[in-house]
Amino acid sequence: MSTLSERILGAPAGDYVDRKVDRAYAHDGTGVLALEAWRRMGKDRLGKETRYSIQFDHIAPANNSTTATLQHELREFAREKSMRFSEVGCGICHQIMCEDEILPGEIVVGADSHSVTGGAFGAFATGVGATDMAAIWLTGETWFKVPSSAAIHITGKLSGAAEAKDLALAYVGKLGTDGATNQALEFVGEGAHSLSMDERFVLSNLSVEAGAKAGLFYADDVTVRYLREQGRAGTVQAPEPCTYCRELDFDLADIVPLVAVPHRVDTVRPVGDLAGTPLDQVFVGTCTNGRYSDLARFARWVKGKKVAVRTIVVPASAAVLKKAIRTGVLADIVEAGCTVGTPGCGPCLGYHMGVLGEGEVCLSTANRNFKNRMGVGGEIYLGSVATAAASAIKGEIASPEAA
Amino acid sequence: MQGKGTAVCLPADIDTDIVIAGRYLRTKDRSIWATHIFEDLDPGIAPRLNGAVIVAGKNFGCGSSREQAAIALREAGVVAVIAPSFARIFFRNAINIGLPLIECDLSCEEGSGVAFDLTEGWVENNGKRRQIRPLSARMQDILKAGGLVEYWRDHP
Repeated sequence: MSTLSERILGAPAGDYVDRKVDRAYAHDGTGVLALEAWRRMGKDRLGKETRYSIQFDHIAPANNSTTATLQHELREFAREKSMRFSEVGCGICHQIMCEDEILPGEIVVGADSHSVTGGAFGAFATGVGATDMAAIWLTGETWFKVPSSAAIHITGKLSGAAEAKDLALAYVGKLGTDGATNQALEFVGEGAHSLSMDERFVLSNLSVEAGAKAGLFYADDVTVRYLREQGRAGTVQAPEPCTYCRELDFDLADIVPLVAVPHRVDTVRPVGDLAGTPLDQVFVGTCTNGRYSDLARFARWVKGKKVAVRTIVVPASAAVLKKAIRTGVLADIVEAGCTVGTPGCGPCLGYHMGVLGEGEVCLSTANRNFKNRMGVGGEIYLGSVATAAASAIKGEIASPEAA
Repeated sequence: MQGKGTAVCLPADIDTDIVIAGRYLRTKDRSIWATHIFEDLDPGIAPRLNGAVIVAGKNFGCGSSREQAAIALREAGVVAVIAPSFARIFFRNAINIGLPLIECDLSCEEGSGVAFDLTEGWVENNGKRRQIRPLSARMQDILKAGGLVEYWRDHP
């Protein structure tokens, strides 16, 4: 009787194992360092049977000639090695991996902490740094310490303006930023199966904010249907009784809109407590909340209105952008006075655009609000898409429930 | 594997954005990361890190997977980092670039001497020796080689 992580890694919690990786990906931020380490390792080879890819999303498009030159080198390497390469504008690495790569039961490693997003498929998806990625390029495998797992039991159904993001903030708030370090989170229970794939991505995505190594859902009918719609196939994973190191219960019916206040993701308060906080910027996007369903929900809120504060919307991928154009969602967003950026990470990490000035305050749908992350002296509040929309319309933090 | 240095004390939950801010990552120039290390926490800290053992609170290195954080520490001359716990990606990154990490809850006195032996598994501070859990054999091998790049050069 094993947890899903133990099943996929094929060993009990606590064991150290070497495993072939099914998929390995890196972005323009980590890929540059990985390439340098790979070259220094002195062997011009790639491991077999692993699907490698590189996505440009962190500084996309490049902001100056230094980053452009670094990206050029990485782009040439990807071509030379026949890695799947996603050019500037294709979108965020995790989103691309979810749109057409990751399958249930796979071992997936990305050179980015939010690689845990792929756990929504019932894959063991985790993040590493650049040198680890270089070694994976070399051999196609890496070592893991099989994690013990904490269960997040979910019951009920979301109601009112509450979103999966609010549950994510609730569980990070409860666990703390290191509450699940070296553990996997497994999202289980009837309520977990009631969630859409987009909602599952949000919950898996935030697991690393509690320190977790992975955040997994069992693949079910919802997963299989999602894969089929994308022209892919996957099978259902039946849960079996197993031992969890910790169990937390959440009733979706109790979840209310929340925000994480600066500068910690685990310092979470009901959005109503912060209502009226003046904002300088609202940002909708990122690997947490930049999917089509997020943009569509945001558009429903702002359609026919005008935003009262500068509002940046960045689709998570080109596929998201194209669908938003086709369905008119993008027109509604632009008509409301929002500005739209190139698919990618956008302002989330403060590398190249949407940076905050000193004393400026942002409400973001991202997953991190560390001090100075989006610019020196700025302050970041994290919330759901509905909270972002209600706040954009008022120009201050506003509860979507009051709107 | 032995080492020693002077304690520089830091709080808990030091995230990798704080170690090296995103605005300095648009380069491959390692000296830039060492120069701007911890800039948003304590802009004057960099010179004090040469020969230092950082003694920090729990959850050191949480957040972004950026390996530049571990590299910046090593480039600035940090000998080792001691903390009750480390975030897992940072832990791998530090070992991979040859920076020793020690899991230990040490009450920190700024400027005091710290010595350690990772193979025998002890830390010494203020004349007191404490046992620590030794690193796995593989991690010790990587550290001894000087990092994962060197380890792979030696293991064809």
